[in-house]
Amino acid sequence: MSDKTMTTDEVVSRLRSGMTLGIGGWGSRRKPMALVRALLRTGITDLTVVSYGGPDVGLLAAAGRIRRLVTAFTTLDSIPLEPHYRAARERGAFELMEVDEAMFMWGLHAAANRLPFLPVRAGLGSDVMRVNPTLRTVTSPYADATSGIREELVAMPALRLDAALVHMNRADRLGNGQYLGPDPYFDDLFCEAADAAYVSCERVVDTAELTKEAAPQTLLLKRSSVTGVVETPNGAHFTSCAPDHGRDEPFQKLYATTPYAEFAARFLAGDEQAYQSAVRAWHEEQR
Amino acid sequence: MSPASVPAPGAPAPPVTRAEYCVIACAEAWRDNGEVLASPMGPIPSIGARLAKRTFSPDLLLTDGEAMLVGLDGTPEGWLPYRQHLTMVTGGRRHVMMGASQLDRFGNQNISCIGDWSRPTRQLLGVRGAPVNTLNNPTSYWVPRHSPRVFVERVDMVCGVGYDRAAAAGPSATRFHRVPRVVSDLGVFDFATPDHSMRLASLHPGVTVQQVREATGFRLSVPDEVPLTREPTPRELRLIREVIDPGGARDREVRS
Repeated sequence: MSDKTMTTDEVVSRLRSGMTLGIGGWGSRRKPMALVRALLRTGITDLTVVSYGGPDVGLLAAAGRIRRLVTAFTTLDSIPLEPHYRAARERGAFELMEVDEAMFMWGLHAAANRLPFLPVRAGLGSDVMRVNPTLRTVTSPYADATSGIREELVAMPALRLDAALVHMNRADRLGNGQYLGPDPYFDDLFCEAADAAYVSCERVVDTAELTKEAAPQTLLLKRSSVTGVVETPNGAHFTSCAPDHGRDEPFQKLYATTPYAEFAARFLAGDEQAYQSAVRAWHEEQR
Repeated sequence: MSPASVPAPGAPAPPVTRAEYCVIACAEAWRDNGEVLASPMGPIPSIGARLAKRTFSPDLLLTDGEAMLVGLDGTPEGWLPYRQHLTMVTGGRRHVMMGASQLDRFGNQNISCIGDWSRPTRQLLGVRGAPVNTLNNPTSYWVPRHSPRVFVERVDMVCGVGYDRAAAAGPSATRFHRVPRVVSDLGVFDFATPDHSMRLASLHPGVTVQQVREATGFRLSVPDEVPLTREPTPRELRLIREVIDPGGARDREVRS
């Protein structure tokens, strides 16, 4: 069994322009932000991003790295509208595949199960069908016992990914990943739907540590679907990563109200360590 | 926090505010729903759902807004992470009350964007779970400021599916589709007409039919006799003012 630990720069060195990239978490919750910041330090662009969107999408959109986005929403949670995403959409900066939250989940399930599609009721009758003219329906081979009707449902295509980026609370060196907060979101599906999955975590621990205090069902990611592990303390910042830390609301507000160029110049010009110390310095100033 | 202060013993209770009629109208959406998840979005629907659970619909399930099912005192009673929440939706044991940036005569709702979808003039949230909600579990709407900008002839992007669009999409779309009610700061609306177009079901006291017509951008069905939204009981009023919303969040969403 091999040691899969690597640095954030090693992770992004395995990514290429034009890839389809899944990003875990949800809105402004447990996003692999350190990996997104590392990606921003490269020249990688032309990405198809698949995400329950939050500031991950906002940053990549502001930096002009997205060619196509697959999502159901993009939000900062406590700030409902993501300003950079919004500006990018209003200037027509990228293509969008806008689907429902459940359609998105079934797209990941299909990919994880190596199926071409899965049938879902969601989407019928809505403009999701209009704005995605390639979406098709599928008719059940089974008639309903009482009505005799054979239902027609949306055939949600598999959202297969070249790579997935997710952030966990803990992981071991082999790639077993653990979440300790209240919600796993869909991070296991992102990893299983991807050809390569990179997991950042608050802390790399010995395998035995994983279940020493936490219940076994917190072990969300199996090493067989994980390619690389990176220790990035505070690596979900400024999104929430319960129970290790909550969302940095004042900093998120700063992000949402500062022009991207100005924000990037102050916080994204250096490496992850420089980012974390610039954040600390900013908080000091606010006292 | 000002107007919600408790009156001196024996003093008459202050008159019922518009926000309190809105709370009552929202709470009524969950009457006789049984043991299902109440998913209120926004302050007044949240107060309404809590009021319903404290009074006439005690079996309702509520969440803490994240991944836990909680009782009225916040005690966790179950786990509902997003993926299980989606099963609650598709299994139908849920009644959601969503917001709407636009809403049309047949109950089609938009929260995605304003203008041409391919290059919107105003990007909003995205479709979120509106398509899955409307096709699978009862979906009501809450509009805190009733205006022709919200109640439009045609929405720019159909996120929540209305009656005409569900019918056109066929039996899989209509099978579990239901929009029980729309509550606004002016009244309560439903789709209990032969063609399932929107109907004025009740006016909040102090509002006129004329006011509603002027604030609605499409032809609204208005019965000859329009009832008033019911009065809260003294107990309900006390629960709203002293227990559920002593800080007066309702008055910040809808002013009298």
